[in-house]
Amino acid sequence: MDFLNYAFMQRALLAAVLVGITAPAVGIYLVQRRQALMGDGIGHVAMTGVGLGFLLSTSPVWMATAVSVLGAVLMELIRWYGRTRGDIALAMLFYGGMAGGVMFINLAPGGSNANLTSYLFGSLSTVSQSDVVSICLLAAFVVLVTLGLRRQLFAVSQDEEFARVTGLPVRALNLLTAVTAAVTVTVAMRVVGLLLVSALMVVPVAAAQQLTRSFTATFVIAVAIGIAVTVSGTITSYYQDVPPGATIVLLTIAAFVALTALATPLARRRARAAAQAGPAGDPAECSVPATREAGDEVGV
Amino acid sequence: MTSEPSEPVIALRGVTAELGARPVLRGIDLTVGRGEVVALLGANGSGKSTAIRTVIGQVPASGGTIELFGTPRRSFRAWSRVGYVPQRTTAAGGVPATVTEIVSSGRLSRTRFGVFRRADREAVQRALAAVGMADRAKDSVNALSGGQHQRVLIARALVAEPELLIMDEPMAGVDLASQEILARTLREQVAAGATVLLVLHELGPLEPLIDRAVVLRDGCVLHDGPPPQAVGQHALPGHDHVHPHESIHTGLLS
Repeated sequence: MDFLNYAFMQRALLAAVLVGITAPAVGIYLVQRRQALMGDGIGHVAMTGVGLGFLLSTSPVWMATAVSVLGAVLMELIRWYGRTRGDIALAMLFYGGMAGGVMFINLAPGGSNANLTSYLFGSLSTVSQSDVVSICLLAAFVVLVTLGLRRQLFAVSQDEEFARVTGLPVRALNLLTAVTAAVTVTVAMRVVGLLLVSALMVVPVAAAQQLTRSFTATFVIAVAIGIAVTVSGTITSYYQDVPPGATIVLLTIAAFVALTALATPLARRRARAAAQAGPAGDPAECSVPATREAGDEVGV
Repeated sequence: MTSEPSEPVIALRGVTAELGARPVLRGIDLTVGRGEVVALLGANGSGKSTAIRTVIGQVPASGGTIELFGTPRRSFRAWSRVGYVPQRTTAAGGVPATVTEIVSSGRLSRTRFGVFRRADREAVQRALAAVGMADRAKDSVNALSGGQHQRVLIARALVAEPELLIMDEPMAGVDLASQEILARTLREQVAAGATVLLVLHELGPLEPLIDRAVVLRDGCVLHDGPPPQAVGQHALPGHDHVHPHESIHTGLLS
């Protein structure tokens, strides 16, 4: 446990835990809305923010937050108003964001793509004291939104049309989801990097739902997986001198594979139990011939 | 009370709407009085789904006026008075969710800031019992059949204890057993005084409940009056005669 003696490792581990909590907590709503790649898009846009931060000699974290929030809002607006050309507009936003980042950082005095690398792929040693303060504040916001508004965000992500009729401010909640995702990207930027952050939003959720039947359980397990992989990845990265972002993402994917292998027999047993309990538990279904039931399962 | 038979719960006057550049509604008048059960009929593409989606605000109306309980829809806020059953899509969310979780989301209009109290949890159980899904409360909705899925969506609409039910093809793709449960549930709601506006492809097992039928064609009202009788029903535009007793009418293939 000698790594705990180093201040930079304490900061990195704190940042890692916060990333492990926030990325899946936001990611679950993106996955539910089938916008799993939105985090990736925001990550690209955030590069412009990092570049601008260098150029204007301000904090890259806060500049990246500002630009990625703007980008996320823009993506949400495109989703409302420009459905037909939405994918093209999004593509322009992604690549424009990346190109902007490279351009600005090279315009900055003494800046080169090398400065960008630690933001693209994450780096432990560069998490500064002021970064930690920013990350804590941003993570607090993300946790507050994703837990405090979980019922509202669940309803909007599950069925937007229905959520409207329950009187929820659907547009405001969609914008809030986008902004929260953008904030999470910048929280995770220092540890896993902009290009890999989306993996931590999506893969723990995908891994968790191999085991779960409910949204709540998926949320809890995804966050647990998130914390486990970010902490163990950070420690591995310290001992083996490998990049933390890549280590964390590979560990997350390994967790997904392991849980899938574990869950397959579990799902089979559940299906068998359901088939046995089914006719006794639901007498109404008995009157329907078995051949029809099979047809009913399709497309649900 | 005025001389009118009942205060209109839904009132559409000259409503027009476009999807993209295509006009879908070309001046619809539709009034639903308190306690009435009105069926919106018509062929695919006649605008019946779009009509109810303008009522709930999912599709913007480009002209005309829409009122809910006497209030212009734009300033209408009492959404707990409205229960909505959207046309069932094949897409469950990208994350597993239990029957209880889905039904609970319908109760949000009755809660303050989404905080659930005991009365809310009890309402969820009552709604599940009403559609005969209480024993499936903890199951994932992905494990349900089409008919069971539809029953969950109806429970989600009922859980806020609404005065007005708006349903888009509630019988589409529903097996016979579920159709009977749905018809019974609707009968109970109507007996308790609920107002119902439903989009139907055919009158089917709900026929005895329906007070009035409005038939749309090409975005205009073609007929507004008593439900078409058996013979008239066959003559409806786009009517395909699939009898519910012979086979399951999915409504998806037509």
